[in-house]
Amino acid sequence: MIQTLMNIISLWALPSIILLILTMGLLKKVPLYETFTEGAKDGFKVAVNIIPYLVAIIVAISMFRASGIIESTGELLKPILSYFNVPADTIPIMIVRSLSGSAALGVFSDIANNLGPDAYATKLAAIMVGSSETTFYILAVYFGAVGISKHRYALIVGLLADFIGIISAILVCNLLF
Amino acid sequence: MNYIFYFLIVISIIAGAINGKLSDVVNAILSGAELSVKVAFSLIGIMAFWLGIMKIAENCGLIKIISKLIKPITKKIFNEIPEDSPAIGDIAMTFTANAFGLANAATPIGIKAMEELQKHNEDKKSASNAMCMFLAMSTAGFQLIPATVIAVLISIGYKNPTEIIAPTLLVTSIAFLSAILLAKLFQKFWIPQTKSEEKNI
Repeated sequence: MIQTLMNIISLWALPSIILLILTMGLLKKVPLYETFTEGAKDGFKVAVNIIPYLVAIIVAISMFRASGIIESTGELLKPILSYFNVPADTIPIMIVRSLSGSAALGVFSDIANNLGPDAYATKLAAIMVGSSETTFYILAVYFGAVGISKHRYALIVGLLADFIGIISAILVCNLLF
Repeated sequence: MNYIFYFLIVISIIAGAINGKLSDVVNAILSGAELSVKVAFSLIGIMAFWLGIMKIAENCGLIKIISKLIKPITKKIFNEIPEDSPAIGDIAMTFTANAFGLANAATPIGIKAMEELQKHNEDKKSASNAMCMFLAMSTAGFQLIPATVIAVLISIGYKNPTEIIAPTLLVTSIAFLSAILLAKLFQKFWIPQTKSEEKNI
């Protein structure tokens, strides 16, 4: 029941936004085609603008992931986190979550496939991955698109919020499962 | 950011050397650079589409209506942005798209919102308080339904994948609210933006 409702929502969310905007544009006599193409013209420019920022961040993160430091940090954190009933398998997710969305999803798929649906680690990993965005990627894309290179406190706040997210995921999971 | 950039690269090289993975680290430079361009180019089409749609939304007055609706909230959160700025409507649209898990719509609209915020920014190289706030809120990633995660759970035969929604929503709400509070807090204590910063570049 809830699942079909969910499917309907995720299926219709996008089409209804587009329908709403186009219909309202037509009613308000906005020249739809002209306005659309005028706005769309900037698509290429924005994409090209973010390239230098993306290269800086994605290269640094790729190097970081390839160096094996995530695994070694995981080993280091293991005794502390197991004290709080956190399975060791989920540690890489906590480290990689803010850096790379595809990596976090990859680790989650591994855990889910290897440990199965009943494992506590699967549930905790699902909540951790589902409740976050890739902070570094968003930062590079959003600030890169408008040419901001001084981030001031934006990154610190983003990472602190990620950290609070991890702690609350552990707490919530402990209480519920 | 300068320190983080330095830290990420230096640590990678040192750790790579210790772990005997230095060649992997070097290869990661090439693959990372390639990936960045792929990501940027894959954005072109969908970016053009949403920028076009958003232009219609703006010209027909929809963005203004949304801005008015959420004014009581945004007045407090984005107090440095004029209430009738299209930025407010764009920000609302970004979070609507995000909440429904429409990532490929949320990114272009979020960029559009950032461009509107940049118009109100005094120093075009450094992030205004409103931009930091918007970024912090975006990185907290408020989402109603974690669709990708649920898809993975269904694929491994998880009996009741929807039971994950409520706890995820709770966690994401906590992160989202703390992002707003933290941004407000840092706004008070961080060195204010000045125009003279431009000279140092």
